[in-house]
Amino acid sequence: MQKLRILVVDDSPTMRLLLSMALRRQRTFELVEATDGMDALKKLSADSFDLALVDINMPIMDGFTLIELVRKNRDFQGLPIVVVTTEGASADRDRAIQLGADDYVTKPVQPNQVLRVVNALLKVN
Amino acid sequence: MSDPERPLQTRAEEFLTLFTKGAELTRELVHENAHLRRRLLQMQQQTRLAARDPADWERHRRDLLHRIEGLEGERKETLSRLEELEHENEEFARRQVEVEQENNSLASLYVASFQLHSTLDLEEVLRIVVEIVINLIGAERFVVYLVDDKTGILEPVASEGEPAEGLVRIPLGQGILGGAALARGATCRDATASEDPSAPIVCIPLRIEDRPLGAIAIYNLLQQKDCFTPLDHELFNLLAGHAATAIFSARLYAQSERKRNTMQGLLQLLTK
Ligand SMILES: [Mg+2]
Repeated sequence: MQKLRILVVDDSPTMRLLLSMALRRQRTFELVEATDGMDALKKLSADSFDLALVDINMPIMDGFTLIELVRKNRDFQGLPIVVVTTEGASADRDRAIQLGADDYVTKPVQPNQVLRVVNALLKVN
Repeated sequence: MSDPERPLQTRAEEFLTLFTKGAELTRELVHENAHLRRRLLQMQQQTRLAARDPADWERHRRDLLHRIEGLEGERKETLSRLEELEHENEEFARRQVEVEQENNSLASLYVASFQLHSTLDLEEVLRIVVEIVINLIGAERFVVYLVDDKTGILEPVASEGEPAEGLVRIPLGQGILGGAALARGATCRDATASEDPSAPIVCIPLRIEDRPLGAIAIYNLLQQKDCFTPLDHELFNLLAGHAATAIFSARLYAQSERKRNTMQGLLQLLTK
């Protein structure tokens, strides 16, 4: 079975580990990690991905800028983006969705919630 | 109506056609009549037979009643099995949620302990503690304190969402925080946000055996988090022990590095 490639973009190693562990429960996912928006852009350009999980607050390039640039670039057209936000009902999430994110998960992150959102976007299960 | 003008042969043909149709109809009627007679005879015979042996009817009735009873029993059994299955299903779904929750908790605890012991750099350990408190517990405002070994005072070393004026030094044993730092386990207030913003809702003492190393004071949770979960309490315990060990190891390592450097410097001086 062909693996689905997911890019996990977060500056926090703790979050990257937790998100990767959550997604690794789905054996068909292949995970690649990026530490900030710039690193993510490099990895997106070098390889093809089926989804990106993006943190908002990151050094060098934050999640908002990354989403904006991805949505402007024809090469990444249709790439589903899930944002990881700190606040449930507020500005961060709305702005990310406005910029083109497809869905969001809130902190503290529940691994099964991440898996559900990602599976729904990739139409797995 | 007959037309005296038409030739006789045509009229004769018309009459013949009409006659043939009439004959066909009569044949059909005779056939139908014979069929009905046969049906009537059958019915009469059945009624006669039934009347002749009412025991047959009674037996038949009893058989049917017995069969109905059997079917009724089967229906009840099926219904109760269905109920059982539904119950099992519910139980299974509940268990699945529990297992999923357990999995989530174990993943978080694993990540926290793995990260805490992934470095010997004190700054890095403190950064990981902050990440755990934000990302795994979901705290919005908190301060991490470490005990200054010389003065016995809790010094703020890392924080999130706390204004600078809130970052004060607190003598061990003094006030809510100073007292909670000496406790054996986390001190929780049964409130999601304290009415008094200067009083923490949770205080997690960082200690190795009887030696207090510091404390984490949480003042506020993220907006979407309205209460502490069992996992949070597990994380409090994990932080209390593992964060303290990681901090202690990092300090020890830094000390030994300093000593090693001094020794190396001395050696270099001596061997010059
Ligand atoms: Mg971040």
